[in-house]
Amino acid sequence: MKRALLFLPVVIAVAFGIFLYTGLGKDPQELDSALIGKPVPAFELANLKHPDRTLTPEVFQGQVSLLNVWGTWCPACRDEHDDLIWLAEEKGIPVIGLNYKDNRDQALRWLQDLGDPYQITLFDPQGKLGFDLGVYGAPETYVIDKQGIVRYRHVGVVNPEVWEEKLGPVVRRYQQEGS
Amino acid sequence: MFPELGQVTLIIALLMSVLLAVVPLYGSLTARDSLQAFARPLSAGQFVFIAIAFGILTNAFMVDDFSVAYVANHSNSLMPWYYKFSAVWGGHEGSLLLWILMLSGWTLAVATFSRRLPSVMVSQVLSVMGMVAVGFLLFILMTSNPFDRTLPNVPADGADLNPLLQDFGLIVHPPMLYMGYVGFSVAFAFAIAALINGRLDAAWARWSRPWTTVAWGFLTLGIALGSWWAYYELGWGGWWFWDPVENASLLPWISGTALMHSLAVTEKRGVFKSWTVLLAILTFALSLLGAFLVRSGVITSVHSFASDPTRGAFLLMLLAISVIASLTLYAFRAPVVHTRAKFGPLSREVFLLMNNVLLMAAMLLVLVGTIFPLIADYFELGNISIGEPFFNLTFSPIAVLVGLLLGVGIFSRWKKTDEGYLLRKMIVPTVASLVIAFAVVLILGNTMAPRGTGFWSNFSLWAFFGVLSASWCAVATLQDVWNKSGSRHGRLHGLRRQSRSFYGMVLGHLGLAMVIAGATVVNNYGIERNVRMGPGDTATAGAYQFRFASVGEREGANFTAVVGTFEITRDGKPVATLYPERRRYVVQRNVMTEAGIDAGFLRDIFVAMAEPVSSDAWAVRLQYKPLVRWTWLGALLMALGGFLAIADRRYRIKDEATELRKAAVSGSTGAGGRPVEAGA
Repeated sequence: MKRALLFLPVVIAVAFGIFLYTGLGKDPQELDSALIGKPVPAFELANLKHPDRTLTPEVFQGQVSLLNVWGTWCPACRDEHDDLIWLAEEKGIPVIGLNYKDNRDQALRWLQDLGDPYQITLFDPQGKLGFDLGVYGAPETYVIDKQGIVRYRHVGVVNPEVWEEKLGPVVRRYQQEGS
Repeated sequence: MFPELGQVTLIIALLMSVLLAVVPLYGSLTARDSLQAFARPLSAGQFVFIAIAFGILTNAFMVDDFSVAYVANHSNSLMPWYYKFSAVWGGHEGSLLLWILMLSGWTLAVATFSRRLPSVMVSQVLSVMGMVAVGFLLFILMTSNPFDRTLPNVPADGADLNPLLQDFGLIVHPPMLYMGYVGFSVAFAFAIAALINGRLDAAWARWSRPWTTVAWGFLTLGIALGSWWAYYELGWGGWWFWDPVENASLLPWISGTALMHSLAVTEKRGVFKSWTVLLAILTFALSLLGAFLVRSGVITSVHSFASDPTRGAFLLMLLAISVIASLTLYAFRAPVVHTRAKFGPLSREVFLLMNNVLLMAAMLLVLVGTIFPLIADYFELGNISIGEPFFNLTFSPIAVLVGLLLGVGIFSRWKKTDEGYLLRKMIVPTVASLVIAFAVVLILGNTMAPRGTGFWSNFSLWAFFGVLSASWCAVATLQDVWNKSGSRHGRLHGLRRQSRSFYGMVLGHLGLAMVIAGATVVNNYGIERNVRMGPGDTATAGAYQFRFASVGEREGANFTAVVGTFEITRDGKPVATLYPERRRYVVQRNVMTEAGIDAGFLRDIFVAMAEPVSSDAWAVRLQYKPLVRWTWLGALLMALGGFLAIADRRYRIKDEATELRKAAVSGSTGAGGRPVEAGA
């Protein structure tokens, strides 16, 4: 009987191995969102800088934009922050922020200290929109087209490489469409 | 020198490691000394050829041979020579080669320092190490060849190394860390060898103890260096981020800590044998798991290597083969102990068992937290994010408990401890640590970061428990030294009489107390202010005034920097002048923040310049970090303790005959007879 117990570790290890193997194919950098090709889920969220103003998916209308999910609790967000500023300022890409599960004062201080790449920042302390989008963890960046339809999802930090190879081509494709 | 030669030497090394994996093992199983005699020369040969390959890659970096793809991607002719040197392990392929170099180095070390061990044991240990080397050499040759060329279109210059890595930290941190990771392969090899030849006894524990301890010491240093590096280089003043890669190094560290303690029980009392073997396998498996998590891209991390599913699949296969094979072997060969309690409920055995339980709980927490994104994905709970709050909330209580348990367990005795004796010993640590904890928490709370006006309103329960645990652990350890060093010939004689491994333990435990104290105080009483400052402005953080005196520029080897000058005063008296920088790296068009830090034993003052917010003002982060150095100094103390412990006399094995006699003695007094009923 005791001998049988000694097989427990190997059984656990096999189960764990299978689990890791299933994770392998799904590179988190390229997780597909169930929402690709669908409109941004409906939401009513406050503007981070103006708590009295309510924002809806209309903010995405009329321009190809990036929706960037961030929070002050997320060290990787700080890493990509300079590059978001570079995208917004040098490349002129409209970036819309989704401040996710965060605290308003800290978020405002962050933007004041580090600079603000965002055209508008949605304030989502309960993670409601994050839930609907299926946010996996911050940072995540979505490409949203002129009709407010989700076109691409990137998990992880944005940097010049990611822009050139992944986000940039998608943005350019949808910018040309219908212009 | 032709880079292809490096590939050739790696192939030769692979052939040698295949022979090493097979020949001595076969020799040991068929009792042919002539075959076992191959173990040492093959270990040496393997090391030499891998070292040549490493030398060739290093040379390619030094002479800027950008025809080698790996060099072109990780170096640049403008980089100073020492960063070119450390860039060798600045990416996936080269760091893997470093890993393999260290593995062969450890193999050679075992071959060299095991002259007095039974030859069967040596052959099997070296064979198992050879098997590990076969796996990693195949991995590098098949998926990650560092010698691939960019011919015929050789780039004119390299892409430069990520500026984050152009730092002293990269020179020292990965080698130390890998020494630790790879070092656990020795403990693993000893465990497997013991399972194969059925020699799971106190002698086995004594042979593998120093190897485990020294690997653990290196890993401790590596982790501490990584934390220190992140603190001053990443530019935002944290010292631990619960990043998946950090966690990947913490997992084998925790498990290795448990292994060291469990090995102590096995050596001294001949019990917990199955558990110790399992821990040795687990510790090595966690080292491999760390490599897998970092290099496969299953988990997103700030500093993971470029992800590549084929590499991930290969590593997972390697992990699976080694873990499943060793655990299957374990299932068939591990001794089943027929429990007749040979130790009482308050014995040292029980305290060390509780230590292992706590450490395993901590390890599982970190593991679950680290792979949580995978779990969430698997069960389609995509909405949950987990991070620092989870770890702080769950890990801190365990750390506090470990400290408290340590302070009691240190006085316990093997077999059984008298309750009254234990309680009497507890008087001094209890009184002293309560006084210290109340004093520290109230004084710091009221002077450094007052949250309210009332005296007690600044009392933080978490800080209290943290300081209590740390001082409890430290006072008990010192009291133990005091008790043990009593001697008729005076205190000094008594102190001298203690063994090196005893002092190693004392240093390790004091180091732990320092880490707990430092972590508690800096996390609870650190002050952090983010302000907008231009030249001439002043700001206050805690008791310190910061004046932004001036701003200048400076040219580095491959960057240009804006340098701020900050004068820091306290009550009008000058404390320090700091020069934080914002560096713009020319080749990669990257901007890095280089913090200005005034380091002190009791506190750090930290100034970092972030974005310019206008033409003459910057977002500036000012920080006061009390006791932050204690986290690294404590770790350093722990590592020193480990290195001191292995210098103990009893590890200098005399000869095989005494070993066998000792083993027989401890076997009969310990677990009752020879341990393994072969093939049962």
